[in-house]
Amino acid sequence: MRELIPTIAEWRSAGKRIAVATVVSAYGSAPRREGARLIVSDEGELAGSVSGGCVEGDVLHQALEVLECGGPRLLRYAITDEMIWEVGLACGGTVEIFVEPLEMGGE
Amino acid sequence: MSELQRRLEAALSADQTVAMATQLSGAAIGAKLLCFPNGEHIGRLGPALDDRVIPLLEAMLRDGKNDETRSLSLEVDGEAIRLFLELFVPAPDLILIGGVHIAEALAHFAKRLGFRITLIDPRTTFANDQRFPHVDHLIAAWPQEALDEVSLGPNSYVAVLTHDPKLDEPALNAVMGRGAAYVGAIGSRKTHAERFARMAKHGVSDDALAEVHAPIGLDIGAVTPEEIALAIMAEIVAVRRGKVW
Repeated sequence: MRELIPTIAEWRSAGKRIAVATVVSAYGSAPRREGARLIVSDEGELAGSVSGGCVEGDVLHQALEVLECGGPRLLRYAITDEMIWEVGLACGGTVEIFVEPLEMGGE
Repeated sequence: MSELQRRLEAALSADQTVAMATQLSGAAIGAKLLCFPNGEHIGRLGPALDDRVIPLLEAMLRDGKNDETRSLSLEVDGEAIRLFLELFVPAPDLILIGGVHIAEALAHFAKRLGFRITLIDPRTTFANDQRFPHVDHLIAAWPQEALDEVSLGPNSYVAVLTHDPKLDEPALNAVMGRGAAYVGAIGSRKTHAERFARMAKHGVSDDALAEVHAPIGLDIGAVTPEEIALAIMAEIVAVRRGKVW
């Protein structure tokens, strides 16, 4: 999170809207641990990461939807759980990722 | 921007400790609560949660030494509410003694790894902003004086790099026994044995000397200053993450 603050400030001052994706649980050989973050601008730019790259594409898509329609959502990715999401983790772990618009909370 | 988001970003930018809860399910999904070490808290979770979550955040603030997370569920009116708690502590400190070539590369790696960097060297030909753009605090003073002003603790990592006993030995004297997570000193086994013999003669205890990682860095066969810096940085990461070598 801390390392993304300069990028957040830059995007915000350019008038971009921002969604934040956070790893909130990680089991097995998940590539990034809890608390890892990816930020997405409404122009589709990315900074940070929530995996080794295997789920970022889908998280980007979800984050853009969150910016469109506003509601935060909890996503789950697992190699054995293809019923829920079509994108799996090649490494065999399970991660849950919370996606929310940056300005939400605390109002 | 919400007040909570503004305070969170201000705390992280200023390297202050803060704990945050985010609600991951239920009607108030996305609600947040922020707690500070002085007992202040701002924001609000869903009904009947704040009073149960604040003590958990306060415990993290009190006991946590590194960034930490916790995922949990609390039951409210028969519904399990998912929560994610995070503790953010200040970035680790890397204190470099000596504005040498290895320190240039080390500062570069350490910056990328999220360390706050202090460089100490009385010789401004070596220690200046041109050579060290990544350094947060540049102190042009003798190590023993400069280190009196630097606070050391379990989040501090010290690399003594000058190769000059006039600088290295007072620096080691000034840091040993002050609770730093890591102290490493450059020099071959022979140099190091001679240095320790001199320091032991001046009353430094064997226990204190045993704290020092020397020769500094993991043995990866490093040759160039950049490779040596990588070996040192790898050793610091290993110590920080509790990996015994």
